[in-house]
Amino acid sequence: MGISRRAALQGMVLGGASVAGAATASAAERPEAPSDAVGLLYDTTLCIGCKTCVVACQDANGLPRDPAGIDAKYDAPVDLSAKTKNVIKLYVEGGKRSFVKVQCMHCVDPACTSACMLGALQKREHGIVSYDPALCVGCRYCEVACPYNVPRFEFAKATPKIVKCELCRTRLAEGREPACSEVCPRKAVIFGKRSDLLKEAKRRLAASPGKYVPKVFGETDGGGTQVLYLSHVPFEKLGFPTLGDESTPSLLRSIQHSVYRGFAAPAALYAVLGMVMLRNRRAGPGGEP
Amino acid sequence: MTPHATPVGGRLWTPSVQLLSGILGISLIVMLWRFVFGLGATTALNDGYPLGLWIAFDVVTGTALACGGYGVAILVYVLNKGRYHPMVRPALLTSALGYTLAAIGVNLDLGRWYLVWKVPLYFWHWNFNSALLEVALCIMAYMVVLWIELSPAFFEKFQDSPIGSLRRVSRAALPILEKASLWIIALGLLLPTMHQSSLGTLMLLAGARLHPLWNTPILPLLFLISCVSMGYAMVVFESAFSSIAFKRTPEIKMLAGLAGAMVPILYVFAVLRFADLAWRGRLGLLFAGDGRSVLAALEFVLFLAPTVMLATRARRHDLGNLVRAAMVMMFAGALYRFDTYLVAFTPGAHWSYFPSVQEILITLGLVSVELMAYILIVKTFPILAGHPAAAERQAV
Repeated sequence: MGISRRAALQGMVLGGASVAGAATASAAERPEAPSDAVGLLYDTTLCIGCKTCVVACQDANGLPRDPAGIDAKYDAPVDLSAKTKNVIKLYVEGGKRSFVKVQCMHCVDPACTSACMLGALQKREHGIVSYDPALCVGCRYCEVACPYNVPRFEFAKATPKIVKCELCRTRLAEGREPACSEVCPRKAVIFGKRSDLLKEAKRRLAASPGKYVPKVFGETDGGGTQVLYLSHVPFEKLGFPTLGDESTPSLLRSIQHSVYRGFAAPAALYAVLGMVMLRNRRAGPGGEP
Repeated sequence: MTPHATPVGGRLWTPSVQLLSGILGISLIVMLWRFVFGLGATTALNDGYPLGLWIAFDVVTGTALACGGYGVAILVYVLNKGRYHPMVRPALLTSALGYTLAAIGVNLDLGRWYLVWKVPLYFWHWNFNSALLEVALCIMAYMVVLWIELSPAFFEKFQDSPIGSLRRVSRAALPILEKASLWIIALGLLLPTMHQSSLGTLMLLAGARLHPLWNTPILPLLFLISCVSMGYAMVVFESAFSSIAFKRTPEIKMLAGLAGAMVPILYVFAVLRFADLAWRGRLGLLFAGDGRSVLAALEFVLFLAPTVMLATRARRHDLGNLVRAAMVMMFAGALYRFDTYLVAFTPGAHWSYFPSVQEILITLGLVSVELMAYILIVKTFPILAGHPAAAERQAV
């Protein structure tokens, strides 16, 4: 009994440690944007809120109009939805105001792809977070995961899909740029390689000190994004979350990997459990001491 | 396996079973409604709160309440407390039913349920970073393991079946299961350890959108510990229910022993949770006075109340008190899970969620099936140990 109890305790400790190891594990991998990563750069000081990009996005993606207003005659989506992958919002507070364009941020280390069981959402060519409905079971864990609340779900349909910006990847394949940046009359949103866009953003910051909040949103936020923002009002006023430099998935990977790397801990726990029980069976039931 | 387990016997189509089938009937209609018209037409789920009652209760709470099989197996097979052996089968039955119902609940919740078969089969697409994949595969595997662990109860019945093939299969299967039992049981201990902790890991991916009162790297550990306390509580509750419903002598001694084992588990949970809040400098949030702080404080009260209720030997041997303590314990774990999955999730002030009537009806339907299956199975198959207190017709 003494021996078996010790073995049992060892088993429990190992099991507990494999779970508790999670808490102490340090961050493992911090991915960087692929070298051919493309993205957008949006500048609040240039946007006039004409919403041409919203309509162009609907057309390019075969999305329906999203009418709102008193008699529902004005195409004016108010938020991302199962009908809208790109929207212009307006922030007003006192004398300060700013438009802000909202679409998928195409994170460098996305939480949604980390959540996705079969990789329906995945960073594919050019680091674009793209969606393959054939691999999606509609669990909506991506919606829980996304810090920007971007993926939307067709709740109204019996055979629903996830709806999100895929940076017009089919247009890209034809050598065209995304619809939103193509039609922007003020070049408030421009398309390019992420590295070039980041350089351009920093050039603008340096060229006009005091004009912007001195920060390129997406350079490092939440591990970085491929869609970058310059703003003249604080980013949190525009609805951006305050995120650290480390992505949530990288923290989770350190938990999952420390417990499950090479499946060693579960295999060891299984072996120990088996041995403890084998020993117990040979010793006969302990029952009351 | 359990030498003294016998079928309870008695009439099957009793008033309780009739009532439960009625609830199931209504629920089946609502399920059809959900599959034909979709989630938007039948649930309150939305893009801010994509997970609701079905995930938080049917899956996350339901499988934890179904951890009695896990808890009792640790006691009997790992800690070698053979005297608890008669509790194994009933605990396994509630576990098998709980996990099966959770699996059905998941399929109701999945928007694209018709592709769910790809999750176990498309292994070359498996995303090993996904905590949900691990939970899904583990729960599927554990459900199978539970029914295998329980299968001797069915084969023991069928080995005397008048149907020849069934008799032969049962007689062939029993010795094989007996030989393999140890490694199957070990799997039955490993899988819940993995997925019950991963159910905690799951919500960590919400990152900053998970309220700091619940957002901690030890979430997996807290989920694992609380599933054991909930599982034990369910065993106590189920045992008391059986003794009253089927007029069997209650296993007071065994239940009191279990209750004694639960007290330290509850303490460990509460102390870890408190220490973690202190360590992360978030204790102040407990006293913030808002709705979330009240709920988090209530969790502490509910986790600690049973330690007082079960503090003395006399109290642990009082059946009524045991049942009350078990109910508090189940409620504590359930609240902790609801809080982590729904209350702690903060998608933004403009989003709200409260389950729709249809969601509640479907959940009630699933609970009804579980109760009904339990009653019918223990009456037909050798699950419960002990002797009927009286031979008269059963009330339930």
